[in-house]
Amino acid sequence: MAEPKKTESLRDAYGAALAELGASDPNLVVLDADLSGSTRTMVFGKKFPDRFFNVGVMEPTMMTMAAGLALGGRTVFASTFAIFAAGQAYNFVRQSICYNGANVKIVATHGGLLVGGDGGTHQMVEDIGLMRGLPGMTVIVPADAPTTTAAVRAIVGFSGPAYVRLTRENLPTVTDGSFQIGKAATLREGSDLTIVAVGALVARALEVAEELGRVGVSVRVLDFASIKPFDEKALLRAARETGAILTMEEHSVLTGLGALVASATSEEAPVPVRRVGVPDVFGESGDPWTLIDRYGMSKERCLEEAWTLLKSRGKVQ
Amino acid sequence: MPSDVDPALLGRLATTAREIRTDILRMTATAGSGHPGGSLSVTDIVTALVFHELRIDPDHPDDPARDRLVLSKGHAAPALYSALALRGYLPREELATLRQVGSRLQGHVDRKKLPGIEASTGCLGQGVGMAVGMALDARLAKRSSRVYAILGDGECQAGPTWEALMAAGHYKLDNYVAIVDRNGYETDGSTEELMGIEPLADKLRAFRFETLEVNGHDFPSLLSALDHARATKGRPTAIVAKTVKGKGVSFMENTHAWHGKAPSPAERDRALAELAAS
Repeated sequence: MAEPKKTESLRDAYGAALAELGASDPNLVVLDADLSGSTRTMVFGKKFPDRFFNVGVMEPTMMTMAAGLALGGRTVFASTFAIFAAGQAYNFVRQSICYNGANVKIVATHGGLLVGGDGGTHQMVEDIGLMRGLPGMTVIVPADAPTTTAAVRAIVGFSGPAYVRLTRENLPTVTDGSFQIGKAATLREGSDLTIVAVGALVARALEVAEELGRVGVSVRVLDFASIKPFDEKALLRAARETGAILTMEEHSVLTGLGALVASATSEEAPVPVRRVGVPDVFGESGDPWTLIDRYGMSKERCLEEAWTLLKSRGKVQ
Repeated sequence: MPSDVDPALLGRLATTAREIRTDILRMTATAGSGHPGGSLSVTDIVTALVFHELRIDPDHPDDPARDRLVLSKGHAAPALYSALALRGYLPREELATLRQVGSRLQGHVDRKKLPGIEASTGCLGQGVGMAVGMALDARLAKRSSRVYAILGDGECQAGPTWEALMAAGHYKLDNYVAIVDRNGYETDGSTEELMGIEPLADKLRAFRFETLEVNGHDFPSLLSALDHARATKGRPTAIVAKTVKGKGVSFMENTHAWHGKAPSPAERDRALAELAAS
């Protein structure tokens, strides 16, 4: 499927925001593990070489070192691909950063299937579940460059761990960058159905809503970039007011946004929830957006799921 | 070995170490679980650090200029808890709460609960890296703080331990000291039977450490090695401290059996009688 027009790099937004923060906070330190060109931490590294540590292929120890640096009172950013940050280094993030309450901000790039050509070994589709399960961890999945900038600024506003998941692919700009931790952004109002989406699929959620709108179905779209803490109020209001929820994420439906939304609504405002995302399989090499379509997240599939929900609610025949 | 060590100091350290070993036996017996073997082996190392080497102050546990001790082998918690109690960080009576619900004395050391604990550790191969971060932090801040990481020898089988040591060598952290409690045993048996780590000192030298091998129960040797580390510039120091697992209690010595098993009350009393007679 052809992708929308005006796109921007989330990674570029991260690199720029980090360099800007580095200029205003002399205690800010950045670590990377041999991927500083790809993650864009190199932008900071070039400006502030004394405060930049590229540790090589050493992700577990990048996390323990980050924690040690942070316990001295610094704000520390640690970046690598999501597969290494949340996968390779999981228990190091858990004990050294979260259990210690260290002020480390993990900004992981290359999340999800959109990694494309590198294939299933590198397509991390479990990281949201792994990271949101950690006590004390803040988890953010920006949908575009403005939200990335806002998120990077927001996470230095508190002392404690955070995980931000970025995609390798440029994404259409769909927000005004007014992101706040713990708040969902209502990108479109609607009353027949709510789509809750994160990251790369937020733009697609808007397309789906647009298309349904053309046939008279009113669809609300929530950007759930703040996965933890999440906006329970907005979610429950959407459940009560629209009666059905479709979730869209480029992540395993077993442990990600869909699981979060289904469990949160079932306790407080039970409504039908259908989950679009990666099923219980690993990815494979290929064109990024073709993979998204092939692995169950095509626009057609989203529309199908939306119609199923609308029919179950008696909103259409 | 230096000849100029104050005999009174050596006497005080020996007395303190005996007190700590007594506490370890009492604490683990009361808790009904814990790691006496590796706590008894590391006792003299912890004593030398907490009662001589470290610039720390229980009245100002957060002083940025303090030295840091990271117990990367976090299961030796009873040894450090006792030392901190004797040093004034907590009431000695509190040691009896080890591993109880609501206690500050977790099974593995927890910095958020107890002042004097610099890093929460337990899962191995992590404290050693946190200590690298602390040493880098001190260098960046131009503080004279020194950082001491105590590693288990079983911990030297873990890949991330060597990542961290590689980083300390790479960054030439001469404010970083890694002390390996080389007692020879881990949970399931001897290190060399399970997964050999020798030649350990050669490995550490290859990782760019100034490397010393000492008797980890001999205070003059330990103090001399710590002096040497402080005088070493341009690279980190590793001290391979040859110790006896279960040191001080005949039936706990040189076996893995007491790595993760607490003494019964009767065994505790036998052990305490031995310590009192030593």
